[in-house]
Amino acid sequence: MTEPLKPPPKKNPQRRTRAPTRPSHFRSRAALGLAAAAGEGRFMLQVCDRCTAIQYPPRDACSACLSIDLSWKDAKPTGTLIAETTVQTSTNTYFRERSPWRVGTVVMDIGPSVIAHIHGDITVGEHVRLVNRLDRSGQAVFFAMPVHGTDNPEDDLQMREMTCDPKFRRVLITDGRNPNSVAIAEAFVKAGASIIFVGESEAWRPYPNQSALRGVDNVEILPLDVTDTNSVQVLSGEISGKTDILVNNARFIRPGGLFDRRDVVFAQQEIEVNYLGLMRLAQSFGPVMRERAADGTNSAVSWVNILSAYAWTNEPDFGPFSASNAAALSISQALRADLADSGIRVMNVYVGPTEDEWHQPLPPPKVTPGSLARAVVTGLRDGLEEQFVGDIAEDLIKRWRDNPKVLEREMIANRGRA
Amino acid sequence: MTARRKGYEGVVVVAPTTAPYQRFSIKTAHWWIARALGDCLASARIGPRDIDGFSVASFTLFPDTAVGLTQHLGLSVRWLDHVPLGGACGVVALRRAARAVQCGDSTIVACVAGDTNHVDSFRRMLSSFSRFAQDASYPYGAGGPNACFALLTDYYMRTYGARREDFGKICVTQRDNALKNPNAVMKHPLTMDDYLAGRPISDPITLFDCVMPVAGAEAFLVMREEDAIAQNLPHAHILGTIERHNAFSEDVIQTRGGWAMEIDELYAMAACTSQDIDVVNTYDDYPVIVMMQMEDLGFCAKGEAPSFVRDSDFTICGDFPHNTSGGQLSAGQAGAGGGFLGLTEAIRQVTGTAGPTQVDGAKMALVSGFGMINYDRGLCSGAAILSGGDT
Repeated sequence: MTEPLKPPPKKNPQRRTRAPTRPSHFRSRAALGLAAAAGEGRFMLQVCDRCTAIQYPPRDACSACLSIDLSWKDAKPTGTLIAETTVQTSTNTYFRERSPWRVGTVVMDIGPSVIAHIHGDITVGEHVRLVNRLDRSGQAVFFAMPVHGTDNPEDDLQMREMTCDPKFRRVLITDGRNPNSVAIAEAFVKAGASIIFVGESEAWRPYPNQSALRGVDNVEILPLDVTDTNSVQVLSGEISGKTDILVNNARFIRPGGLFDRRDVVFAQQEIEVNYLGLMRLAQSFGPVMRERAADGTNSAVSWVNILSAYAWTNEPDFGPFSASNAAALSISQALRADLADSGIRVMNVYVGPTEDEWHQPLPPPKVTPGSLARAVVTGLRDGLEEQFVGDIAEDLIKRWRDNPKVLEREMIANRGRA
Repeated sequence: MTARRKGYEGVVVVAPTTAPYQRFSIKTAHWWIARALGDCLASARIGPRDIDGFSVASFTLFPDTAVGLTQHLGLSVRWLDHVPLGGACGVVALRRAARAVQCGDSTIVACVAGDTNHVDSFRRMLSSFSRFAQDASYPYGAGGPNACFALLTDYYMRTYGARREDFGKICVTQRDNALKNPNAVMKHPLTMDDYLAGRPISDPITLFDCVMPVAGAEAFLVMREEDAIAQNLPHAHILGTIERHNAFSEDVIQTRGGWAMEIDELYAMAACTSQDIDVVNTYDDYPVIVMMQMEDLGFCAKGEAPSFVRDSDFTICGDFPHNTSGGQLSAGQAGAGGGFLGLTEAIRQVTGTAGPTQVDGAKMALVSGFGMINYDRGLCSGAAILSGGDT
């Protein structure tokens, strides 16, 4: 039975903030395949293309038939915990500060024995479900979970280290004017976030969800214009020291392909908001959040970017907009690298056409604010790095992974089909 | 059945040497190896130019290997070996060197194993010990070998009913033995109460289940029997050896080592049984591995080591003299030197030169090695049976 997490006490500014440390992040190239899977919440193992033997730890050749052709495949993640130990003393500072720390040996139903972190609610002999999670080093680890329902499993302290759970954390949603801001704020309230800061640009200019936003519990509206460096710096000076999760939903979008526009005015706006806006936020909030990554129950934990799936491949009918998102995707990787030392997770949530005025003529399926908001919270709870929300985004990434060049041609062929 | 192996007739082991251990050292592995080699050659009354074979085991020589040491130490050899097999390096170095001498590829092989221990050496080694450890065990609590062996110990206790006191008895009696060994790092007696009150390390492993990493080195020479006799050197014969790596990979967790695959071969080659052995030196990085060796080397059946431990006296004067130098648990683990510790002590025992730790009338000794927790289990195992000069 997991002890429910208690709300963190008010921070004493005279006490030193605990510096972030991390578990070992060194991995072989083969093992990085596991991290790629964990970033999307998938449990995968290498399987031999020739003899189908399942491999673990990750390797370069099949240990059954010596084939050098191994592929990552989704695998049945169940097994039995056959041995456990509680590490009381560790050579690694991260674990020293968090000991005692339980690990165990799980014999998987599909064969391999794996060493895994183990949830507080399971004991030796029990059937368990393994999940593949990113730890604070950003690398993948296995975590053994109870298969039977337990109370507050997410509050297990070891589990919480593998997730970015919003419970008791403070969130900044950067753009109140975005039609999705109310749904996202409500989802965080439901997930137990303690304060939801919402940025609002040009407050004097009314917008449809203005009053609804003010009606959401624990919401605090603050001035923020991501196109204005000064505005970003001022807000950062005020709240970056208590921003645990930053959700950048700021977006400027206008339909139209390259030839539909006669100038670069909209494109400049798209770059200002979608690319430079993210960069301004990163330069102001990133360094402060990084210092607070081990600051107790409400430590800084995640940076969420809501991006267009067309960051991956250009949608010609939204050509310049897609390009600004490609730039944002690229700089998000730089942000991820700069936050890696601290353990702060950068999660990109990719959406296809969203249910709003700028996509009005497009046929369904479109992503609703509600499903986007649910995906953001679920992704944080699972500690994800990449999420594709909605049928169109999922379809797009499948095609991209299959063959990006083929997809580029499909995007041309599908043009104007709406 | 594989082809019948040749014996080691005409080949002997001499000059067991220990460079006295230190907890921490500012010296390098090169220094420790040089020191042990120098003492070893001096005790055999030969010089560095008289050896034409050289075998080295060490974790902390980086960026050098055995070949770099030849120039560093001024050796010119025609047979060279580097044995990165941790706790199995002693037995493996011995059997390779014995064949080299027997076949004439080398006349005298000096085998040396040792490491230094700087204040931060151990921690630095853990994260990069092996690729599988780096990828699949070190990220889990970074407990190092303590945590890996804790899992094996936990499983063994649940499966075979071993109690903490059983492991404690191994540690306590080895401390008794160590008190007679002037080179042992541990100088104070250890009681069962001390053992049981040991600081928790990685449950169920506590402080006295763990070896203490130290700086030190061990060495011996392998040469022709006629040369040993001519030099009037006390010498041991090699009656049988075995070696096996990555045995029983299908076992879900380690409860046995490669010895269990090769044990019949070992005793057949040595033409003896476990009953004929006077001294047993197992590899004792953790007491659970000692129990597995008791079983796999034929001193008791699988799962019966706990009761065998309860019913036996492992002290130098006991009915089953075991790890008579105190083993690594009490003498210290000098890195790869730990893989030689049982072997140098076994050579001393069967040649009657063990001094304060000498077992009366010891004629035959069995020494076993175990090493390299590559991921979740030790991969290397080896064993050798030695006998005294007049056998």
